[in-house]
Amino acid sequence: MQEADFDAGAELRRLSDHAAGGIGSFIGIVRANPEAPRRVTALTLEHYPGMTEKALAKIAAEAEARWTLTGCTIIHRVGRLLPGDNIVFVGAASPHREAALAATAFLIDWLKTAAPFWKNEEYSTGETEWVAAREADERAARSWDDSR
Amino acid sequence: MRVLYFAWLREKLGTAAEDLAIPPRVATVGELIEWLKATSPRHAAAFAGENIVRCAVDQEFAAADAPIGSAREIAFFPPVTGG
Repeated sequence: MQEADFDAGAELRRLSDHAAGGIGSFIGIVRANPEAPRRVTALTLEHYPGMTEKALAKIAAEAEARWTLTGCTIIHRVGRLLPGDNIVFVGAASPHREAALAATAFLIDWLKTAAPFWKNEEYSTGETEWVAAREADERAARSWDDSR
Repeated sequence: MRVLYFAWLREKLGTAAEDLAIPPRVATVGELIEWLKATSPRHAAAFAGENIVRCAVDQEFAAADAPIGSAREIAFFPPVTGG
């Protein structure tokens, strides 16, 4: 967890080693939604210091318990971000591609529902609003419960 | 006991943290919400949609029926929206 940007290329190189047959990764970026009546001009991420670190460690440990991974990375930015900025990086390296891709999807699904982050959006109209949780995100995270 | 608030709950209450002397009869997260609502109109308003408020007891997610026991830190917040 950090305010600073990350270098996805450097993170992928860090996950690459001789035991890893493949690396899965996902990068989340701030969306401007230009078609919407009010454009998002900035996004501020609040989090719960102390609990956030524990929650991220737990999510990574859960991925490592479910799949054989040679490496696993979660980076989540906090603070004020602009459209196009990186928000989140998750990566999983494994001897096999199925595990690397599945673990990557699991990491981002759980990150959306099991870590204490909150997004506050600023709009072109000058308004600000806390982003509401999406039922679809909750369903995506829960779907991993059945696949265990 | 230290009680923390995040996101719109923090904004509605106008504070990020309170140190409160919670009576021993308040045993669960749900009971603590009821007790907090009685402390001020501002608390009552902030917790009005209490079914949407989430909680963590000592930095672990906790349901309404979770005991608060000898917890040091209890946090209330909206559903999380990271990622």
